[in-house]
Amino acid sequence: MTTTPRWRTLTRHHLFWPVAVLVVLLLVNVPFTPDFFSIKMTDGHLYGSLVSIVLFGSPLILVAVGMTLVIATGGIDLSVGAVVAITGALTCSYISDQADQDALSGVLLAMGIGLVAAVVCGLWNGFLVARMGIQPIIATLIIMVAGRGVAQLITDGQIITVNSEPYKLIGGGYWLTLPFSIFVVAAVVAVTVALTRRTALGLLVESVGGNAEASRLVGIRSRRIKIMVYVFCALCAGIAGLMISSNTSAADGNNAGLWIELDAILAVVIGGTSLLGGRFSIGGTVVGALVIQTLTTTIYTIGVPTQTNLVFKAAVVIIVCLMQSPKFRAKVFGGGRLGGRFGGKRGDRSTATPADTAATPETVRTMEVS
Amino acid sequence: MTTTTQQPKAPSNGTPSRAARVLADRRLPVLVTAGLFLVMYAIGLSRYQNYGFAETQVFLNLFIDNSYLLVAAVGATFVILSGGIDLSVGSVIGFTTMLTAWLVEKQGLPLVIVIPIALGVGAFGGYLMGYVIQNFEIQPFIVTLAGLFLFRGLCLVISKESISITDSSVSSMAQAQVSVGGGFLSIGAIVSLVVLAAAFYVLHYTRFGRRVYAIGGNEQSALLMGLPQGGTKIAVYTMSGFCSALAGLLFTLYIQSGDPLHATGLELDAIAAVVIGGTLLTGGSGYVVGTLFGVLVLGLIKSLIQFEGTLSSWWTKIATGVLLCAFILIQRTMTARRKT
Repeated sequence: MTTTPRWRTLTRHHLFWPVAVLVVLLLVNVPFTPDFFSIKMTDGHLYGSLVSIVLFGSPLILVAVGMTLVIATGGIDLSVGAVVAITGALTCSYISDQADQDALSGVLLAMGIGLVAAVVCGLWNGFLVARMGIQPIIATLIIMVAGRGVAQLITDGQIITVNSEPYKLIGGGYWLTLPFSIFVVAAVVAVTVALTRRTALGLLVESVGGNAEASRLVGIRSRRIKIMVYVFCALCAGIAGLMISSNTSAADGNNAGLWIELDAILAVVIGGTSLLGGRFSIGGTVVGALVIQTLTTTIYTIGVPTQTNLVFKAAVVIIVCLMQSPKFRAKVFGGGRLGGRFGGKRGDRSTATPADTAATPETVRTMEVS
Repeated sequence: MTTTTQQPKAPSNGTPSRAARVLADRRLPVLVTAGLFLVMYAIGLSRYQNYGFAETQVFLNLFIDNSYLLVAAVGATFVILSGGIDLSVGSVIGFTTMLTAWLVEKQGLPLVIVIPIALGVGAFGGYLMGYVIQNFEIQPFIVTLAGLFLFRGLCLVISKESISITDSSVSSMAQAQVSVGGGFLSIGAIVSLVVLAAAFYVLHYTRFGRRVYAIGGNEQSALLMGLPQGGTKIAVYTMSGFCSALAGLLFTLYIQSGDPLHATGLELDAIAAVVIGGTLLTGGSGYVVGTLFGVLVLGLIKSLIQFEGTLSSWWTKIATGVLLCAFILIQRTMTARRKT
């Protein structure tokens, strides 16, 4: 080995590859737009490509963070797109019925109603998965199919537009020179990281994902944990729904959050969380969501026809999944030399020493906090 | 690996009661769906008798308007029976409409050449997905998701605008009618019924069909029995790709244009039809005839809503979701009983 040990520890860090992809994508932009990294101050607001990447990526980051926890329990939530649409539709239709759309109390109440609806969707998903024991893909498929219909029912098939200053803030407003949604995302991510890595919750989630039955036998209420993650995921989707509808000042039952579930799953996978469950990285997911948003922006800026966006995404999904597949690595690189680089739990654990595999809370914490 | 260490379940004590036996019958979900279809049809008859609901053509239109869905759902039945899932169905259909329209209109190729090309591309796409799923052990869900992105993207690469087909051979084929009983069927409907019959034969009377059930029932046991599992899995996805492409051709005939947004989300309808038709989503149990009833039920919901007149189109989605939920819960209680 000619590489220094420090370099190897760096490349073995679970965030290395997602961050490397992000940096490369960002650098690709520079030859096409030389002032890509510059951030300008106009009217007391910060503008620049980097700011807009985070701004436009914020709903995706929120949904993906919720999705990470669901995937960590070995599940999947397909209904987030529909939840986004329902929340936006409910909130906007409530606000548009108000006499004074600028009244803060009315807006807060409307947002509350929207989020309650999201939580109800989450409870329903959690109930089906945890209590009835239905496969997560199928259980959440119900709301994915019916939810868009419900959203259209609420908006009566129309696109409801609202004209409310306070509501505009959450998705399109500025606060302390930065877009307000960045603060919302930062708060949600911080709370999630704190709850999962500073308390035992994260460990419980991972243990349920690793083996739900074994976790139940050691005394973890795995059903309750599962319901909790689905509710959390729906809540995140609800906040994202508020953000999307507030950004456009309109609720579109048909197109709001369309395919965001697929992007979110993609973000989670790029971030190194295994789809098999049992291990997750919130930091990785945030980077993954940024990678997707940067990819979209890059495709716009370098002048490739925008319609190839989906083809690029497909290529990214396949490459990332192939890299995570132990069989593929063994076939191509021989003997799984890359094991662990992508944070795949099998690759990492199998090459780890017995002491590492024990994964005490402390080691997990130091490994995962990002 | 896990299955070999599992202890065999203790045999249930005593003979099961008559009710339990009926509940454990694998044919029950299909019968429930068929019954539901009859009940819904009867409701339609009693409510819209004066609006011509009783005409044979209204019934035959169910087959005409849903021919593409039936073909796609038959493909999805194979995949779901084998324990997998195929999310790329809608995209492949959209891509096929686009490819067909582009080849016929912009390249001026005759339909005789275009049809094999379109079917070949669909089947090859399915083969690739099956190959990756089998050889690299990646979840079918994520691989077919990539397929969804890829084909939808390729649609847009061909053209962002929709291409309408004005070719005379296509329109004459689309308008051809085959009289049956008191009405007529379109060529698309006939093709879809032929596909259904072929799928029935393959699933129930060939070795390949048995293998699909075996893999879906328990992959490990199938492997231990020495079944050529890899080939079967790849074949299943190839078949699904082929069916999707065929469904795309039927959709092109039905709608006579190619559009990059055609059939968005159709995979959900196909999966819903399969589930409502009584096929277990965990694989290994179900009938392709059930899929026919699932498609008919979905089609009937649409025509009932049309006849009602006051209900908006989104009630279709809500009704589909409710039915999906009901059938999943029925399946769940059934499998729970079978285990105990």
